[in-house]
Amino acid sequence: MGRYVARRLLQMIPVFLGTTFLIFFMVYSLPGDPVAGLFGDKGVDPATLAAKRHELGLDLPIWEQYWNYMTNIVLHFDFGNQIRNGRPVTEVLGDAFPITLQLAALAFAFELIFGIGLGVIAGLRAGRLADNAILIFTLLIISIPVFVLGFIIKMVFAFELGWMAPNVSNEQKWSELIAPAIVLGGLSLAYVARLTRTSMAENLRADYMRTAVAKGLPRRRIIGVHLMRNSMIPVVTFLGTDIGALMGGAVVTEGIFNVKGIGGVIYESISRREGTTLVGLVTVLVLVYLATSLLIDLLYAVLDPRIRYA
Amino acid sequence: MRGAKSAKWVAGAIVVALAATACGGSSDSGSDAKGEADPNGIFSIELGEPEKLLHTGDTMESNGSAVMAGLFSTLVDYKADGSLEMINAESVETTDSKTWTVKLKKGWTFHDGTPVTAKSYVDAWNWNANINNAQGLSSWFADIKGFDALHPEKEGAKPTAEAMEGLKVVDDSTFTIDLKSAVPAFGHKLAYIVFAPLPASFYKDAKAAGEKPVGNGPYKFDSWDHKKQIKIVRYDDYKGPNKAKNGGVLFKNYTTLEAAYEDLKSGNVDVLRQIGPKDLPVYRADLGDRAVDQAYSAIQTLAIAFYADQWKKPKQVDPKVIQGLSMAIDRATITKTVLQGTREPATGWVAKGVVGYQENAAGDVTKFDPAKAKELIKAGGGVPKNEIFIQFNADGGHKEWVDAVCNSITQATAVKCTGDSKPDFQADLTARKSQQVKSIYRSGWVLDYPVNSNFVSDLFRTGAAGNQGGFSNKALDAKIAAADGAATLDESVKQFQAIEKDLVNYMPSIPLWYYKVNAGYSEKVSGVQYGQDGDPILTGVEVKK
Repeated sequence: MGRYVARRLLQMIPVFLGTTFLIFFMVYSLPGDPVAGLFGDKGVDPATLAAKRHELGLDLPIWEQYWNYMTNIVLHFDFGNQIRNGRPVTEVLGDAFPITLQLAALAFAFELIFGIGLGVIAGLRAGRLADNAILIFTLLIISIPVFVLGFIIKMVFAFELGWMAPNVSNEQKWSELIAPAIVLGGLSLAYVARLTRTSMAENLRADYMRTAVAKGLPRRRIIGVHLMRNSMIPVVTFLGTDIGALMGGAVVTEGIFNVKGIGGVIYESISRREGTTLVGLVTVLVLVYLATSLLIDLLYAVLDPRIRYA
Repeated sequence: MRGAKSAKWVAGAIVVALAATACGGSSDSGSDAKGEADPNGIFSIELGEPEKLLHTGDTMESNGSAVMAGLFSTLVDYKADGSLEMINAESVETTDSKTWTVKLKKGWTFHDGTPVTAKSYVDAWNWNANINNAQGLSSWFADIKGFDALHPEKEGAKPTAEAMEGLKVVDDSTFTIDLKSAVPAFGHKLAYIVFAPLPASFYKDAKAAGEKPVGNGPYKFDSWDHKKQIKIVRYDDYKGPNKAKNGGVLFKNYTTLEAAYEDLKSGNVDVLRQIGPKDLPVYRADLGDRAVDQAYSAIQTLAIAFYADQWKKPKQVDPKVIQGLSMAIDRATITKTVLQGTREPATGWVAKGVVGYQENAAGDVTKFDPAKAKELIKAGGGVPKNEIFIQFNADGGHKEWVDAVCNSITQATAVKCTGDSKPDFQADLTARKSQQVKSIYRSGWVLDYPVNSNFVSDLFRTGAAGNQGGFSNKALDAKIAAADGAATLDESVKQFQAIEKDLVNYMPSIPLWYYKVNAGYSEKVSGVQYGQDGDPILTGVEVKK
């Protein structure tokens, strides 16, 4: 087990270097000059442009820029400064991540509780009315685009009923984040419910289930321990990768509900060619993905005793 | 004038806003009758995160400009009719438009309590002009003698002087400015934020000062919560004529214009600067008399890329062809339908509200007349390859009207017209800089200072930074130089008016329409006015109790 974890951690290093380099290179080869973009339609003299570029180290060849960038990250945990306002990228990310984390946590809790809950109900009553109702409900959620769902929720609950403010304010209270979290978690909720349902329905017919029933175990224990644990493996796999997606993929939802999280930063950094911000952000997201995927692999062994890591 | 603000980040000469307060006149007194105003009330306004540090020499986009307008006062400002008003200056005098003497009002202080002196101005200008500080607006000082020593043209060159030779401090409240040659509009330029003074504390740590600016304006800086909000509060010791009628301003950041509009309707924000396209059809009905629909000094044009093979080979394009294309555009219908009444058809190259604006300067060329259009194009030898491309940036909401303009041209003249979309503004700019525009690109211009030279000299002079299409005409250059160097402003304005009328014969660009402010405000505030640059005038807003 310990050796397995160590090996996985070592594997992360080339993955980390590879992804950051790819992103770095891709951003810098996009057409469009971030420094010239500072001055807009009216332009600026080449001397000022050159001075600005030199100040930011953008006049170096890309290999050297990447080298400087990576050494700063690894040695000083310094992600560099933004081109436009000179703010340290760590500060920009430090502002945006907690909010997205909050939103993602709520969305995750939402999809976990309701997704698995619905899945369990459907799985145990496979083929019956409840199962079909849940099937239709999840189909509906999957087929509605995120922004449509967002606007419907706003329209109904904010404008018609007046139960909530249409937008998240600058204080980002938990209560304000519920609506965006539902929208954000909605799609995954449907997948979680369906995965759980299928997996449960399948395992109900497994040999160890028959054995458990034959042993005369109470129904609660059969379902709670024997059935659930084994059925959770595909669900946990999905949930794990979904954490990363929730953190990074909230561009649309954050835009609709005026949440100033990672989504907006990603969008802005791409359109302004803020290479350092974008690479820093992706670096953190890559770390999140790597950590969760390791965690999931370790969870497999906990859930299914037949899986062992050497 | 090199290096100013772009029309994409619709920006503006800050001080217009301040000036217009003083001459706001009758309209704001009328609306006060309903509710008692609270002189200490703080109102909120929708604003994006400023792109850069709040430096007077580098703030050129509208988000930063709006904040800086509250924090700094410049020497002068201009009224809606274009005449100058003294703010921090007691007087700005010249006899030949070349040597200017500035006397300051006494008793002014920065927000940290230090006095505003002639040195505060001279030092600030020298710092902003210095190439080492790489300030985006530094070329505004190019008129001043000795600028080149501080800001050499060549890439990578070091400055050879510490200060501009043309700036001299006479005493604490007097200084003189020597220009390289006569610049009649220089007094008007002084209203721009880059000419604001800076306190001594600024030079100790310029970066920190950009995060927490100390100014001399009607508001002092309170806090900046990045990407969320900026707060400025009234400066009680302010001596200027444009004292704030409210207790302060909270600039709130929104992810989208739609979100801001929803918050306006639910009372969470008081003043908007712009309404998103989605809400434009309904906002007048939603807001009633709180809906704003007002012209400001900016213009959208189709600029011709004269360097492109299409216009150059085998022979230089005949302006008649471009006149024909212009007459093939149905501006009235497009502004009404596609742009939903947010623009007004242009009839010349100088925007409304600018000194020297003349109606119908372009004559018939901006009128929709398919028959005449066809005739002109034929007379000019036809459009090469019978096909044109209009380059635009897809992130700016331009696609709809570009398509409409193309349709209009194709229907009227059978010239094939295609929108050439660049993914974003940066890519659009790069194509313009590297001279890769295929035939035509969309362009925009917001006033820097309210004089017509800003819309002629800065756009169509050979080599002007705003002249990215490579338009060049010796005869016109000579006329512009003469007008730029005229001894008085009146004379210069008149000469530029003649030049604008003459532009029809060259067609350096096709004027499309003037911009309008489409905005609104909440029931909590009154006296909301928008300046010539399209930004709301902060000091005049009154908050109801």
